[in-house]
Amino acid sequence: MKFAVISFPGSNCDWDMYYAINDALGEEADMVSSESTDLDQYDGVLIPGGFSYGDYLRSGAIARFAPVMKAVKKLADAGKPVLGVCNGFQILVEAGLLPGSLQNNTSMEFISDWAPLKVVNNRTMFTNGYSKDQVIKVPIAHGEGNYYCDDATLQELKDNDQIVFTYEENPNGSCDNIAGITNRAGNVLGMMPHPERAVESILGGTDGLTLFKSILNQVRS
Amino acid sequence: MQKQVELSPEQIRDQKVYRDWGLTDGEYDLISEKLLKRLPNFTETGLYSGMWSEHCSYKNSKPILRKFWTKGSRVIQGPGEGAGVLDINDGQAVVFKAESHNHPSFVEPYEGAATGVGGIIRDIFSMGAKPIASLDSLRFGELSNPKNRFLLDKVVAGIAGYGNCIGIPTVGGEIGFDKCYDGNPLVNVMCVGIMDQADIEAGRAHGTGNSIIYVGAKTGRDGINGATFASSQFSKEEESDRSAVQVGDPFMEKLLVDACLEITHKHSDILVGIQDMGAAGLVSSSAEMAAKANSGVDLNLDLVPQREPGMTPYEIMLSESQERMLLCVKKGHEQTVLDVFERYGLDAVVIGSVNDDGQYRLSQHGELVCDIPTKTLVDDVPEYTHPLVEPARLKQPAPHFTPEFDDLGTMVKQMLGQATIASKQSVYQQYDSRVQANTVLAPGSDSAVVRIRGTKKALAMTTDCNSRYIYLDPFQGGQIAVAEAARNIVASGALPIGITDCLNFGNPDDPESYFEMSKSAEGIAKACEQFDAPVIGGNVSLYNETDNAAIYPTPLIGMVGLIESNDQITKASAKAADELVYVVGKTFDDYSGSEIQKMLADQISGRIEHFDLATEAKNQKLVHTAIVDKLVDSVHDISEGGLIVTLLETLFENELGFTGKTALTREQLFSETQSRFVITVPKQNQAAFEKLAGDQATLIGTTTADHELHLELSNDNLNLDVNEMNQIWKEGLSWLMKSKA
Repeated sequence: MKFAVISFPGSNCDWDMYYAINDALGEEADMVSSESTDLDQYDGVLIPGGFSYGDYLRSGAIARFAPVMKAVKKLADAGKPVLGVCNGFQILVEAGLLPGSLQNNTSMEFISDWAPLKVVNNRTMFTNGYSKDQVIKVPIAHGEGNYYCDDATLQELKDNDQIVFTYEENPNGSCDNIAGITNRAGNVLGMMPHPERAVESILGGTDGLTLFKSILNQVRS
Repeated sequence: MQKQVELSPEQIRDQKVYRDWGLTDGEYDLISEKLLKRLPNFTETGLYSGMWSEHCSYKNSKPILRKFWTKGSRVIQGPGEGAGVLDINDGQAVVFKAESHNHPSFVEPYEGAATGVGGIIRDIFSMGAKPIASLDSLRFGELSNPKNRFLLDKVVAGIAGYGNCIGIPTVGGEIGFDKCYDGNPLVNVMCVGIMDQADIEAGRAHGTGNSIIYVGAKTGRDGINGATFASSQFSKEEESDRSAVQVGDPFMEKLLVDACLEITHKHSDILVGIQDMGAAGLVSSSAEMAAKANSGVDLNLDLVPQREPGMTPYEIMLSESQERMLLCVKKGHEQTVLDVFERYGLDAVVIGSVNDDGQYRLSQHGELVCDIPTKTLVDDVPEYTHPLVEPARLKQPAPHFTPEFDDLGTMVKQMLGQATIASKQSVYQQYDSRVQANTVLAPGSDSAVVRIRGTKKALAMTTDCNSRYIYLDPFQGGQIAVAEAARNIVASGALPIGITDCLNFGNPDDPESYFEMSKSAEGIAKACEQFDAPVIGGNVSLYNETDNAAIYPTPLIGMVGLIESNDQITKASAKAADELVYVVGKTFDDYSGSEIQKMLADQISGRIEHFDLATEAKNQKLVHTAIVDKLVDSVHDISEGGLIVTLLETLFENELGFTGKTALTREQLFSETQSRFVITVPKQNQAAFEKLAGDQATLIGTTTADHELHLELSNDNLNLDVNEMNQIWKEGLSWLMKSKA
């Protein structure tokens, strides 16, 4: 399986994602510039964390206009997996591929820690390797991870099983403890926690690797 | 546009304007009478004032820096370049350096701290290395003073704001609090990078006709002559001297790192040299690069990217605008380099070239505005030795201090809530400590550990300096600073390989302050040799005085250690119940300079006793051997607060308890005798460990599953709920930050 890791100016988890796929998962990932316009050769897209364009204006607000985003939409429309982590989640929201928005943490401080997450929906292409309600441990590192959406949208997210991960201990004030959601079709996942940082036991855990394996399971079955 | 009126050379001489810029009469006379044999003009005088400041020239500290031990088999690059380089085997090298940003952080804490991070990162990648970690060593006055709470809050936010964005994990550091840092907080930042030895770059400009390329942010009127600002004392009136502080843009820096590393890796054949524009900006980078190669440069200031119109040569050359680098590139190959920068969206311009007559020539609007020998800026700075006078407090130390308190449990609780002792989690959780996905031991450990991807190796790193000991005994205190850093490194499973330092002291013109600096440097040098950890770079921050009140002498030690095999990485937390708990090293009644002395007497005093390097080395060797032989499960070094604090910290993470008995007194639980560790050993390793340790380690008890601590002492008994202690320790700093004094 061949992934594109999209590197925007200011992305800083792009190589972490690249190594998670190439070394820990043992699949192929290319580093693809945000200037490129064609992702047709890829089976999936990974939008990494960081501070694209310095996160100036608002997180992800400038990145949504990058040339590559049209190709990301095309690939998402084709039903292929698109994963946005941290800044990647913010970009997907800004680009309209996912509903809602991400606000400043209620503490108004950046927070970096290991976060226990509950797998609320294990029937997605990103979570089929977890059991339902399994609690996994994945690092978080963000200043604007406080997910917000209006009540109608929240109800829709619930009705369609789009809430995939919730925090066991809410670190940022996000509504309904939301840590990660999919689009309605289920092939676009945005999440604030960093699964690519939890793929080796020496780094503190491998719960994130299961997410990438889940994508493989889905595609291969 | 209107040209600013500059004073004539004669006016500068007659009005002695140079004094306001930090040059002495003697220095001015040396420049005009011997070096130039004419009066320097306005611009030239400004350049000398920046380049001859202590911050750039080390004119007061060089005699002291020479005391350091800088040899050692791993040294590839010692002091003198952007950062030092050490061999870590397999053709790889580690690059690291620490730098202070004290004065700017006091005036404008957010930007002062942020730009401190930015500056030290540039020193690392200008060597050709990829920055892999940074650490921060901070000192503030007591948190009962709201100004200090403000400074802590903003400094931490500044470090986080810059460091998180740029994608270099902040993996460690330390924070201390003492009254002496009121009005003089210390913000010392260390950055560590790794590289292939083949990629090492140097800050040199040579080869007549080769081009000088400016890259990065535009030059503005920020931080003008900041090097001179950093080399003078504060007074209350200067608190608002904001024009001398710069503003950082971490996004720009991230692009600079990536672009410069691409050039050093892919175009090293056409890159002659590279250096960052740090203190004294464009003049220091260009003059130092040329002087090191015995050449000169011709620069056209009209070509320098400028943020605003009408800047004078003085302003352009001495601006300390951030995120700027200077490159020397082979003639005819400029476009290759410019193309790379363009791809990253960075301003890059050829602003001049290398000459072979050694002159430093600047032109603006078609006029020559400076024409002086380059070497006079860099190499002809006078060096000053100062008289040494032993401070009176050292000649007659106060009598021995013995702590007196009523209830032992209450004392332990009070200790855990002290600002220096309490957990710093509320601070370090604001730092992204795991980006790059190599962090094995994150902040809160004795030392941070970062693995080297693709190898079995890992690097341990720590910053340390207990300035109270240096205040009480500069020579022994200097040794202890290095010994304690080494203890941190060894506790994590590594062996020390080198250090960087930030020498934070008071006014060097004060003979007592100079004495402290000199003696502590001798102590550091002696200990470095003992631990085979040469000094490979660092910086000096003098004049840390406000209205003549100086800080404790604080020579920060930033140490790096190498772990050959990552299965030796050892944590400070005990893993499980039913493990044996030993104290390595002997405990005496050492309360001089201790946290408990500070708490109970509200001052520190006395003589440092019971420390010697041989014992320290022997105990460290024991711990290292036990780790390599896989006999221990956890190792935690004993430092501020003494044995009881270390023992509790060992239990906190896994919510364990402890039951044991010791011949120590209840007071000795707070003794800060050096060279000690708390270690846990699985029962099946008891015989092997005790055989190895002999009388160097004492069994004091076992870990239990019930999160209760029961310790029988020679003159008391201690019973505590470990989880309750954990809560006091964890929340201590937050409580102090919220307190209303």
